[in-house]
Amino acid sequence: MNFWLELLIKVGLALAIMLPVALVVIFGELKISAHMQSRVGPYFAGGRWGWAQPLADGLKFMQKEDLVPADADDRVYKLAPYIVLMGTLALYVVIPIGPDAVARDLDLGVFYVLAVSSLSTLGVLMAGWSSANKYSLIGGLRAAAQLIAYELPLVLAVIAVAVQAGSLSLNDIVNAQASFHLFGVESILGRDVTWISSLISPFMILQIVGLVIFLVASLAELSRIPFDMPIAESELTMGYLTEYSGLRFTMFFLGEYAGLVSMAAIAATLFMGGYSFPGVSEDVLNFLGPVILLSKVMFIAFVFIWLRWTFPRLREDQLQTIAWKWLIPAGLINIVATAIFKVAF
Amino acid sequence: MTGRKMPTLPFKGLRTGMWLTLKTLFKKPVTVHYPLEKETPVPRARGVIALDTEACTVCMLCARECPDWCIYIEGHKEEQPPAKEGGRVRTRATLDRFDIDYALCMYCGICVEVCPFDALFWSPDFEYSELGISEMMHDKDRLTYWLSTVPDPPKLESN
Amino acid sequence: MTQIDPRSAMHLADAAVSVELETPDMTLNIGPQHPSTHGVLRLVAQVDGERVMSVDPVIGYMHRGYEKLAEVRTYAQTIALVNRIDWVSGFANEVPFVAAIEKLMDIEVPPRAQYIRLILTEMARISTHLVFASSYPLELGASTPLMHAMREREHVLELLESVTGGRFHPNFNRVGGIKPAAGGGSSMKKVSMDLPAGFLAATDEAMTRVLDIVDDVDRLATGNELIQARTVGVGVLPAAKALEYGVTGPNLRASGVKYDLRKVESILPYDDFEFEIPIGNNGDCFDRYVVRLEEIRQSASIIRQAIAKIPSGPLRAKVPRVLKVPKGEVYVRAENPKGEMGYYIVSEGGRIPYRVKIRSASFSNLSMLPWILAGQLVPDLVAILGSLDFVLGDVDR
Repeated sequence: MNFWLELLIKVGLALAIMLPVALVVIFGELKISAHMQSRVGPYFAGGRWGWAQPLADGLKFMQKEDLVPADADDRVYKLAPYIVLMGTLALYVVIPIGPDAVARDLDLGVFYVLAVSSLSTLGVLMAGWSSANKYSLIGGLRAAAQLIAYELPLVLAVIAVAVQAGSLSLNDIVNAQASFHLFGVESILGRDVTWISSLISPFMILQIVGLVIFLVASLAELSRIPFDMPIAESELTMGYLTEYSGLRFTMFFLGEYAGLVSMAAIAATLFMGGYSFPGVSEDVLNFLGPVILLSKVMFIAFVFIWLRWTFPRLREDQLQTIAWKWLIPAGLINIVATAIFKVAF
Repeated sequence: MTGRKMPTLPFKGLRTGMWLTLKTLFKKPVTVHYPLEKETPVPRARGVIALDTEACTVCMLCARECPDWCIYIEGHKEEQPPAKEGGRVRTRATLDRFDIDYALCMYCGICVEVCPFDALFWSPDFEYSELGISEMMHDKDRLTYWLSTVPDPPKLESN
Repeated sequence: MTQIDPRSAMHLADAAVSVELETPDMTLNIGPQHPSTHGVLRLVAQVDGERVMSVDPVIGYMHRGYEKLAEVRTYAQTIALVNRIDWVSGFANEVPFVAAIEKLMDIEVPPRAQYIRLILTEMARISTHLVFASSYPLELGASTPLMHAMREREHVLELLESVTGGRFHPNFNRVGGIKPAAGGGSSMKKVSMDLPAGFLAATDEAMTRVLDIVDDVDRLATGNELIQARTVGVGVLPAAKALEYGVTGPNLRASGVKYDLRKVESILPYDDFEFEIPIGNNGDCFDRYVVRLEEIRQSASIIRQAIAKIPSGPLRAKVPRVLKVPKGEVYVRAENPKGEMGYYIVSEGGRIPYRVKIRSASFSNLSMLPWILAGQLVPDLVAILGSLDFVLGDVDR
């Protein structure tokens, strides 16, 4: 098959699967946040439970005028939302949703993920810079500072996983988790105990420090509360989004939630066993894998939403303190501990 | 200070907060779906002013006492036949126009309070929004209609 | 493009850079339309990065001229206006104004009317502080306490409405007592505007809910380490500075000054009740927040005591039908939820005041803004603004 045709089909498939998931997460955020606040949230759009609210919002945004401030850097301003959306969508390429279902199984999958996930911050910085708005500028610069502070813990958390799994390919990491045996013990007193170890096989338990670091860092990366300083609507009105309207705002909005889904998918893949589930054979996984992965993604997304609607926002300097004084040392210790563990057992 | 508690375990505040939001997630929301279901306003609620044209004597007290002068009244004197044959011809004030500009009204209720003949009442009805600000001027027919929505005054606490 | 000689390029690299990059302060216009200025306050801030170098508050965007409006309206009409000054605590604004007229006319208010005024004033205080307890975490980014506190505030407002007919603008006080029967005519005349049946029981229940929600806000916000990280030690206002700037109300008490007009010179019978005046130690944003939460608890306790021993009797003193205030001047102040609220009334006799000067709490509390905000970070600016709990209607009048 033509390479380009294949690529097009794969990109189309990734979009067709992941954008609805992002819409579901948007709807989930609307509903969950509402019920956490004794409200009902969307109710009328689409009939039952207001399920069509995200679509209706999208349609509404499409009708709005695409405003560009007079002083804005026109081209950069218009390009920024595409970069944000591209940065998040490009992540879907390497996430395996089944033993054979992955758009592109890169040997350096983890490396690719880390590199591409910081691309969207560039878009944010561009948006903040080009808007010709002081609030946007502060928001964009905060996003850049946040990226620098949080890319490092993210990488450190992932390195420990890579060390544990012995591979940088996401598919191999999933396989390593599926076939992982705690302390290498397969039998005790002649009895087969692999079922015990398979239950706790995902790195979630062994790499609990890494998981926490990864989740905190990805919250900062996604600029969600408690790390939403680049947006900070009570300080910077809407940060780098202040001047955006219409379709371009929709792209940022979608990019935010697509980013949430992709970050959750990566966390699920790296720490929670991805598409695999203890006790489910590989043949079944080709069908059930996407569902298993999706449920793990939804769980992580729920945790993100839960945090978002419980906590206030930190200050920029406090965020830096957390990153440099707590997460990075913890990540380094985690790597050392993982390495010792790996060598010892 | 009562509020500044030292946490015993790390992030106690974060955990109690998250527990509270999780609990609320499974509670019944308090929202009232307005067009489908309605709350009953309390009897004293100042929703809209109703007019009893029979009781009005065009004394203009309400229009004069209104803090932003949003009541417009016009009337004329009508001669009525004497009660008895050969008696004096009586005049009776008749209401021609009684408009309240609800775009201007600030719902203080002074007009209801000063009316010496009990012609004005508060009705808790609140559903009379209009699309244009000029349509908020309601004439006496509309005000009379609201008379049917005036509730009985509530029973009182023992004094 | 100037060509650089390779020989001199070497020379340039050796030369020490003596020119500093010039980074002038940026003028950041916060407001009049901004999510955290509570209306239309405008702060012209000189910022160096995130650091606020100086702040120039600009007020008056919501000037409605109440002092002038009062000069062309009768006293009764002005009562309807004054509860719109600080619209969050409408009832508390009315009482000192009416009390000032009563002082001029030398009218003794019957005790039952006084008690009803007191209960409703404390309810206004609770609802104001609940608005603060809900909106302040919102300034810091937490939006859930808002909905939780607003949900319970609704019960308090419903009670206010069941008595006065208005949730925010009660217009319930009259010179000499409380609002008389609707209409002076025949049928309704006998029905006085006393408390509706079941009010006292409902109030008691509402107080339970209020205390519960204060506990919930404590769980959601006060004990939250992130909120503490944002507020403890931020925007410290020492007691001496607070007194210098004429700061009153919870902002002053958070700085450790035990000064509450309810205890000092009260126009309402606060002496009959036992209550504490919560004060803070450090005068930072956290103290200002906690003091207000504690005041809700104290107000609930006052209301409970008041409904337990509300006296019976008339609701209004004998007042002439046409209100003519004798010549004279008077200043009456009261502890508004935001601080000291005072009315200075000059009467030349007659139905209309000659001059009304309104001393509003938020205006005086804001006077320290340039001092307290200088040198803070932009996020702290928002935290401090929120903790001062001002209402722009109260600032601009």
